Order: sequence, then structure tokens, then C-alpha cells
Amino acid sequence: MKRVILLMAIAFGLFAPVALRAQDSNAPKNNIILIKNATLLTVTHGNIEHGSILIRDGKIAEVGTDVKAPDGATVIDANGQYVTPGIIDCHSHIAIEGGVNEGSVSVSSMANIADVLDSDDLSIYDDLAGGVTVANVLHGSANAIGGQTVVIKLRWGKPASQLPFEGALPGIKFALGENPKRSNFSPPPGIEPRYPATRLGVEETIREAFIEARQYKKDWEDYKQKKAAGDQNLIPPRRDEKLEPLVEVLEGKRYVHSHCYRADEILMLIRVANEFGFKIRTFQHVLEGYKIADEIAASGAGGSTFSDWWAYKMEAFDAIPYNAALMTDRGVVVSINSDDAEEARHLNQEAAKSMKYGGLSANDALKLITLNPAIQLGIDNRVGSIDVGKDADLAIFNHDPLSVYAVVQKTLIDGRVYFDRQRDIDMRPALEKEKQDLLAKEKSAAEEKKKEDKSEGKSEGKSEKKPDAKKKKPPTSQSNVGGVAGGGL
Amino acid sequence: MKNRFKFRYALLVFMVACIASLINWTHPARAAGAAPRYFAITNARVVTGSGVVISNGTVVVAKGLIQAVGETVAIPPEAWVIDGKGLTVYPGLIDAGTDLGLPKEEPTENAAAGRGRRRAAPSGEIAKGPEDRPGTTPWRVAADEFKTDDKRIETWRNGGFTTALTMPDGGIFPGQATVVDLAGDRQGDYIVKAVATLPISFRPVGGFWGFPDSLMGSIAYIRQVFDDSNWYEQAAPIYAANSIKFERLPYDRTEQVISRELRDKETVLLPANNSVQILRALRLADEWKINAVIYGGQQGYAVADAIAAKKTPVLVNLKWPERAKDADPEADQTLRELRFRDRAPSSPAALAKSGVKFAFYSGGLSGPKDILKNARKAISAGLAPDAALRAFTADSAEILGVSDRMGSIAPGKIANLVVTDGDIFGEKTKVKHVFVDGRWFEVHEEPAAEKPSDHKTDEPPGSPKDMTDGEGVGR
Repeated sequence: MKRVILLMAIAFGLFAPVALRAQDSNAPKNNIILIKNATLLTVTHGNIEHGSILIRDGKIAEVGTDVKAPDGATVIDANGQYVTPGIIDCHSHIAIEGGVNEGSVSVSSMANIADVLDSDDLSIYDDLAGGVTVANVLHGSANAIGGQTVVIKLRWGKPASQLPFEGALPGIKFALGENPKRSNFSPPPGIEPRYPATRLGVEETIREAFIEARQYKKDWEDYKQKKAAGDQNLIPPRRDEKLEPLVEVLEGKRYVHSHCYRADEILMLIRVANEFGFKIRTFQHVLEGYKIADEIAASGAGGSTFSDWWAYKMEAFDAIPYNAALMTDRGVVVSINSDDAEEARHLNQEAAKSMKYGGLSANDALKLITLNPAIQLGIDNRVGSIDVGKDADLAIFNHDPLSVYAVVQKTLIDGRVYFDRQRDIDMRPALEKEKQDLLAKEKSAAEEKKKEDKSEGKSEGKSEKKPDAKKKKPPTSQSNVGGVAGGGL
Repeated sequence: MKNRFKFRYALLVFMVACIASLINWTHPARAAGAAPRYFAITNARVVTGSGVVISNGTVVVAKGLIQAVGETVAIPPEAWVIDGKGLTVYPGLIDAGTDLGLPKEEPTENAAAGRGRRRAAPSGEIAKGPEDRPGTTPWRVAADEFKTDDKRIETWRNGGFTTALTMPDGGIFPGQATVVDLAGDRQGDYIVKAVATLPISFRPVGGFWGFPDSLMGSIAYIRQVFDDSNWYEQAAPIYAANSIKFERLPYDRTEQVISRELRDKETVLLPANNSVQILRALRLADEWKINAVIYGGQQGYAVADAIAAKKTPVLVNLKWPERAKDADPEADQTLRELRFRDRAPSSPAALAKSGVKFAFYSGGLSGPKDILKNARKAISAGLAPDAALRAFTADSAEILGVSDRMGSIAPGKIANLVVTDGDIFGEKTKVKHVFVDGRWFEVHEEPAAEKPSDHKTDEPPGSPKDMTDGEGVGR
């Protein structure tokens, strides 16, 4: 959302032929794949030189230096290349149709990203090309309590119903500070500004919503109890799409991902959550997290931050690039996120910055975009490292992924190749040809129509004067109106 | 005294009648007003629309209904005989999605911020949540607002369309759509089925400052309305039987209409044009347990099997996507857009192949010529001509719930007929006669050029623009 302008140039430079993307990745001929001869960055148990990974039915079946390909296995020779766990982006807004924010109300928890997933969004493919396999797709930050969120796997070519990460707990977006108090939006005259307008009001809004949710939960429990006791003449409470997700938060069935910047408001939210007995799963952006890392760690929340980006608004002035490293040092589970479809394509480089700023080890840096976000999203039993039994969500780089020279060669999800750089390059001429052919087809059709319109225009003029001139050769009348009215999409 | 007054009055009526008949005579497509009610079209090729084609047959029309059809049928002595030599008789065409006869101004009631994303509205109109029922007027019925002076009615009729579904616009629940026949002496004559189907739009009506201002907000809102209506359905009888025990239920017109609609299993029109939207609509229809019909459907070619699996009918918008007329000629066109524009007309063929029931609608096209021309594109893209005809007749009637009364030429059906001098989809074919409810219209000449400005319409929901501009259901 944020760095769009800043990084636009890079975006267009790196991956120009956006239009020329394949709709679908080829499925492997069978369900056994061996990736061999690679440097494996397992994240959990060191790096393995000349290692191999055997994938069976979408899961990692064997990892080591002495793995043999069974009969019929598809072999990917990754000689000289590096394999990492698929990158997990803990803050993404890709694949959303029709608006990232339901910004009209301060509590928009009735809105659900899962309803509007757009499996055709090219950003899915773009991010795959950066090695990303999982994204935490969040509602925007316009509301103290925002919409429901969903974790997806970037299964490009699959319908929207097959994107959500099976079993991953859904989330909800909260936001603190300038965005929910609408510091940078004033309505036109005649429209009442939205409440709240202060940080105090943001707190009050969250608290009030949970008081309501608590009551709602109780109403339903009372109703069910009475009903179970045999009372049939009961009017049930109304279902409330706004409060139901908040009840799930209270019951620990939905994670809270809260957008935040300043230390004081982060502490505020920890207190409010304690008051109502729920936990904040992640603080997002959390640019001042380094100031209160101990408190965040003690609350059990994770921190998902930017590598080195700040000062884009008042509340973002106190950020430092050491944030990720400092929070890590104090025991916070930290991830680096993108918040942006383009940024997501080089999260490996973003993670690497924490080695320069803060001195994280290479493995800890890699954790920021693999295992740690997996822990934050509660999916580390399935993804986040190269371990036997985990999903075969992998990225293959031509260089060490923490180097600026690293380019993703292949990205696999569930053991299936969803991005293959060479295949992409090979496909481009055919797609370019298809495009040119279609353009030519449209052009000739347009010229044809123009011609028809012209001839029609003349005869039309005459026939208007002589409405009964039936014997006259009929003009090519059918296409006339199309010529006039056509085009106007 | 009294008598003289009566005489004067009669004279006046006579004069008015004379003038009226004069006007009638000069009218190019002469309505046969108080004219005959019995007709026989003889020696014509009759395409009955139910699979049978009679190469030389007769159709007898009596008092608004088809009395007989066949090779040798008795012609009533009072019938006007139209020699159909060289002519073909088809069932009247149905346009399954228009705003014919509906005034364009916004409904004043509860339309909240209305259309236009950034339109400022007085704060009183800004919806602050689902409880304010933004853009929700399901109690409106197109039939009640139908205006017979819409010039397009004649244009459509002269082009062979005898029937249309006319849909209120504006809002998320704009109101009930009505099936109308395109002729009559007064408004009531036109209405075939007043409450035919309930169109829904996903277009956010909040205009940035009001609720909802996003697609997901619209969907959440519709979900809440269904929740509330189901609740009302459950709560109302309990309250009625126990009014001394419970707080009074508030009156909510929306809940009353929608709960009735759910109870009666009335069809609901859900907009969905591209494959993502279509799959989403199918999923929401399941979730909401509604009897859904998809409208739009132009990327049906990509998901025809999924639609067939749900047995969901589709109204296909014939306003095929085109490159914007005033588009920058140098602007890059994505392969995706190009493919969509190229393949959209193949959707009907794909739907037919997968066994999806579908009908055609004009979706903002300017008139019958364009409608038929765009249907021809679907035929060129592989749709069998008789399937195309069904999408304008029998299948359309079935989806709209009027197949008991129209959609084919059979005894007892409403006498909606179009008589042409050739194949209905032929480029040079002319419509010669049209019957609407047995009213005879002779089409003397090409109708005047249909100007798109004639009746400036906003795109109805589900039109390609709606699907592509990122506003509303768009992408």
C-alpha cells in the first residue's frame, strides 16, 4: 500500500511483461519430486551443502545429502543453487477485489477479505516470482477494528476457494493511531467526521466493541441454555456479523493482527486485550517496538515490521532499522513484511538488511521471512522450514538468498512448481505473439466496422427522405447502430 | 338540457377518436388499437421454439392467445388473414435484462449516498452501518413505476422483442424486477409478472464516507440483511403468540420483503461477469441458500462446468466487452483484456455445451439491432442458432418464471410473435410484423436509427463496465 510510488520504477524495471504471465503452472507428471545438489537453508537445522529434498504428495519426505530418487521421480537438478523454505509475508494486501478497506465505519469487522479473494490478481504470480508462498492477506488500517483476514497460499491458477491455507486460524485487523482516527482524511462539508478523532477514542472504540461482543456472547449462551432447558417460545438473538468475529477473538478462535506505530498505543492495546482476556497475535509495523520489546515479548505477541522504512508520517518518525534485530534480541518473535505487492518480491533482501543493521546471523535473518511469520500465523507445524513432514513450500534461488544477486528460479507450493523462471522466459515469445495477433484482429475488426458505418451513414441519409423506398438495396443496416453505439464501454 | 349535454359530450369523444385514429394511421408501426382480435398467419414458415419447424404452416391468434398452430388448421371466419408467404414466424423475443419503462431519477427514499463514489451527500443520508439499510428498497416493484411513454419500448418491439425483464437500478437491493410485454393501452396491460425476480447489486453505495464503501462491505451487508430477514421469519410468529412476554419487534420493511422472498424461493439475480466473480456468486448463493440466477456471465467460458454443477441459470449480457471508444490508442493492452474481449462471445457456446440454462439480455445496448448483432457474434463463436433462439425465447421464459405463458408458439401461449422475412439472426433480415398479447403491429420500415443518447442510461449492474472499472463489483 505504502511504497507504491517509491518503488514503482523498480517494479516496472524488474518484471516488465506483466501481461505475459501464464495462467497456470504445469502440474508435475507424478507426485514425487527430487530437488538435488542444492545448498539447503533449512532454518531449523543449519545449512546442508549438496543436499537433496525428496517431495512426496506435496510434503517433504526426506532431507539430506544421501537421498536417492525413487523410480518415476521428477528430478530438479539445483546444482549450485540455494533452497529455502517458501517465504511467508505476514502483511499483504494482494488478491483483494473491490477495496482493501471498508473505511466507512470505525468497526468494520463484518467485512471479510475471504469473501473478495481475487485469484486472478497478477500480484499473486509476481510475489511467487519473489519466492513468496504464503501471504497473510489483511484488511486495511482505516478502522480501530477492521475486517476479517485470511492466510493464503499463492496457488496461482487455482480458484479463490482453494487459496486459503487449510487449517490456518483466520484473523482480524486492528489499527491504532493516525489511520483509524482519520488524521489524514477530512470529509467534505456537510459530512460528519467519523468518530474517533483521537488515540483515546480509538481505545474507547475497541473497548466498547468488546463490551458489546461480550454481551452478545452472553445473550446467545443464555438463549441456548434456555432452549436446551426446554423453553420453546424464545425469540433468538439476532445474528450480528460485526460482533461474531469479536466473539471468536474472545474465544481464542481468531488472531488479532494490529497495525500500530507508537509505543504508548501498543502498551494501551496490550492492556485492553488483557482486560478482555484475549491476546494480540501480532503487532504490525510496530515501528517503536524496540522501545518496549520486553513488554511485547511478555504479552506473547509477535512483531511484524519493515526493514528500513519510516518518516512517511508523524507517527513513523521514531523508527530505526535496528528494530527487527533489537526486538529479536529481547525475545520477540519478529518477522519482516511487505505491506506491498512489489516489496513482497524481494523480502529476502529486506530480511538481509537486519544483518547489517543489528547484526543478526544469516539464519536469524532468514527466519524473519520464513519460520517466524509461520509461528506468528500459527502455521509453523506446516511451513516455515525445510523439515521432513512439512509442506513442500520451497523457493530455489540462484545465489545465496540474502545476497542482492539472488534471483528466484523456481517456487514450489505443496510440491508443485507454481513459478519457474525459465518456463516464464520461454513462454514470453508465444504470449507476445498471441497478444499481437489479438491486437491485429481487433484492429481489422474496427476498420471493418468503420467502413460499414461510412457506407451506412450515406444510405441512411437518403432513406430518411424516402421512407418507403423499399426496393432500394438494403443498406448494411444491422451494423450501423453498432458503429454508433458500440465502443462505449 | 341533460340530453344536449350528453350529445355534446359524445361529439367531443367522436372528434377525439377521429384525431386519434388519424395519428394512428400516420404512425409507422401502426398499433391496431381497437382492431381485430383474431388473426391467421398463413403459408408461413413457423419456428415454434420447441424444436419443431413447420415449413408451411398457419398460426391462429385469438384474443391475445395462440389458438392453433400447424400445417392445416381451421381459420376462424372473423380472422384477419396475413399472407405469410416467404415469411417466418418466431416466438416473440425476450430481453432478460433492461430498464425499459423505468424513469432514471434516483429513488428519493433511503437511497443513501446513491451512486458516484465521491459524491458528497448531506450527513443525514450517510449510512453508518447495516442497520441504516443503505441502498435498500426491495419493496419497490418495477411494475409500479413502469412508464409506457419510454420511446425505447417501440424500438424494442419493432425489432422483434415482445417481452422484457425490467429492473430497477440504484442501490444494493434496488427493488423487484418485472416481466413486461412491450405493448398495451395502459400501464397495467404491459405487466406480465410484477414480482418476477429480485436483483441484487454488489456495488458499494456508501460513496467513501458511508457504509458500505467496498465490495466486501457490500457482501457483508447483504449477508446481514439475509440474517435479519431469517431472524424476522423466525421471530415474528413467536412474538405474535407471546406478545405479553417480549419487547415489541420493530417494523422493518426490508426484513418483511426479503423474508417473504426467501420463503417463496423467488429467484435472486446476482451480478458476476468474470470467472472469479462467477465462482464467488455460486459460493454466496449456497451460503445464503438462495435460488440464484447469475447476470453478466461474460467469462462463462472459463467456468461453465462449475456453473453447470450448481445448476445455476445465467443471464448473459450481450454487450460484449470492447476497447473503450476513446481509449488512448498507444496505451498498452494486457493480454488478459485482449483475451477476454476475444473470448467473451464464446461464453454462450461454452455454457450450452456444459448444459447451463441461459438467456440473453441487452445490458445497456442501444436497441434490437445491436442485440441481434451481438447474438450473431455468439453464434460465430460456436453457439448453435437454435440455442441462441432459445436464449431469447423458451429458456429465457423459463428462467424468468413465465414459461407457462410464453417462450414458444403453442396453443394457449400468449400470442407474442415476431414475423420476419428471413432467419431471425440473418444480417439482412427485416421484421415485418410483431404480435404482443395478440396486438398486431406491422413494421413498415427500418426503425429510425437508434441513438444511444436517446435514453441515456447508466450501465445496469452486471454490465461489463461494472465489472471492470474497479468500482462496485468491478475489477
